[in-house]
Amino acid sequence: MSTTMNVASEKLGMAAPMVRAAAEGMNEPRIAIRNLDFFYGSHRALKSINLEFPARQVTGMIGPSGCGKSTLLRVLNRMYDLYPGQRATGEVMLDGQNIIDPKLDLIHLRSRVGMVFQKPTPFPMSIYDNIAFGVRLHEQLSKSAMDERVEWSLSRAALWDEAKDRLNTSAMGLSGGQQQRLCIARTIAVRPEVILFDEPTSALDPISTLKIEELIDELKDDFTIAIVTHNMQQAARIADQVAFFYVGEMVEVGTATQMFTAPREKRTQEYITGRFG
Amino acid sequence: MSSTTASVTKVRTASAGISGDVIFAAAAKAAGIFVLVLLGAIIVSLLIGGMPAFIAFGPGFLTNADWDPVQQIFGGAVPIYGTLLTSVLALAMAVPLAFGIAFWLTELAPVWLRRPVGTAIELLAAVPSIIYGMWGFFMIVPFMSEYFQPIVIDWLGDIPLIGGLFQGPPFGTGVFTASLLLAVMIIPFVAATMRDVFMTVPAVFKESAYGLGCTTWEVMRAIVLPYTRVSVVGGIMLGLGRALGETMAVTFVIGNTNRIATSLFGPGNTIASLVALEFPESPAGSLKLSALLALGFILFVISFIVLAVSRMLLKPRAN
Repeated sequence: MSTTMNVASEKLGMAAPMVRAAAEGMNEPRIAIRNLDFFYGSHRALKSINLEFPARQVTGMIGPSGCGKSTLLRVLNRMYDLYPGQRATGEVMLDGQNIIDPKLDLIHLRSRVGMVFQKPTPFPMSIYDNIAFGVRLHEQLSKSAMDERVEWSLSRAALWDEAKDRLNTSAMGLSGGQQQRLCIARTIAVRPEVILFDEPTSALDPISTLKIEELIDELKDDFTIAIVTHNMQQAARIADQVAFFYVGEMVEVGTATQMFTAPREKRTQEYITGRFG
Repeated sequence: MSSTTASVTKVRTASAGISGDVIFAAAAKAAGIFVLVLLGAIIVSLLIGGMPAFIAFGPGFLTNADWDPVQQIFGGAVPIYGTLLTSVLALAMAVPLAFGIAFWLTELAPVWLRRPVGTAIELLAAVPSIIYGMWGFFMIVPFMSEYFQPIVIDWLGDIPLIGGLFQGPPFGTGVFTASLLLAVMIIPFVAATMRDVFMTVPAVFKESAYGLGCTTWEVMRAIVLPYTRVSVVGGIMLGLGRALGETMAVTFVIGNTNRIATSLFGPGNTIASLVALEFPESPAGSLKLSALLALGFILFVISFIVLAVSRMLLKPRAN
């Protein structure tokens, strides 16, 4: 079934976002955030956020720098737990479970919510091991099953053809765009439900950016995607739903078409027309 | 008025400025070359001073274990062996502990504790070695002879093959105690280096690994260590360099006997401790003094190799 959807989205190509945006109906939420506050020490970086991430769709988060978009992403996989003094209050429901519950198993959560960062972060090991590394943390696979998984994830990340003959060479030898696709492959290899992208193309050239955008568009057949971007054209191209953040508040959320053609809030309109930010 | 000032300034710049540059450049160049001259002078004077011993004993100087001032036979095997053995043993003890300290400080310790503990480590690294020597003699040696060595001799001494390493009377002093003291001395050094290189790993790499579901130890083993492997080895080599040349602390506790003991608890000596003890009793121009200078040259070469290897490993990588 997912292959037919793949073919469909490939045929639609760049027109896909417009088709999607025209359809008003959103899928049921995979993640539901209610009254989320986030603190860096005493600084309140997120203020009473309410937002739902529809399953198998792309939610884009836009807004000026330092307004809380990345902070929100880091709540969704509890990355903030690494740093003392950072805490969240409220409710973030994933499959009926509040993920900001301190008793939650973080290792399990991070196998369900993967993350791709702004800069490519290949690990200092071979391409094959970069993929297998994450899988081994959560599953015991035979050699052949692991080979299959590596091929599957590299193919899904559109890197198989370029990497298949050099799987055992260091991942550091790949180009920036290839490294970022490797990071995406590494993330999907664990087979998460949700993938978080934190400005995944801001360090890449336009061609690599285009490839990543096409990839995200294909990945949403299987994964729920949240992406932070400073590039509003990018949000318009790949997001089904767009949320606008400003100084720790979520000002407005809607379909990409609605947000970019008829924003309800004055601040949203000022931002997308380039008056600030 | 203003045009006068401008022309005066111009004249001053043209003359004094250029000659000032020339003088300064020459002075800086001389200072730089001085370093090379100094290094060369030390090597050459050690080599010339040691030449009579090298000529008298030939390559056998490295393998001869006799040190007999009466018959004028001097061999370097015992101190060379002692130097290498104590340094390697010290590293074997120090590196795991230093790694633990660095790992704890960078990944696990509460933030408010990191700075005081880090500063304490730097202070420990700055304690003069004579103080470690006295502390070792009055604290570690009695502890070793009363508790540690008797227990270990009872416990391991009868085991075939390795038992021989843990036999003999529990004097407290000896090769093992010297290695332990050296380990204590280089731990702060190695731990501080490891902590510094661990902190150079970009947070985003660690977050990527945590984001896949790694535990802290998995991040250390799979990301931080491979990423810093070369620098960690370089830091260990710097610690080794310090252990090789350490004199006072070792002289206090090693027992100072020119004999290769089979037991680790037996006494021995190192190049540095032998030179420190024998130097005052070696008249100028004697073959004994020449042998000591030759040993100094050998120590210099060993240290130079260790330093060169660590420099090579600490060199930043191309990407």
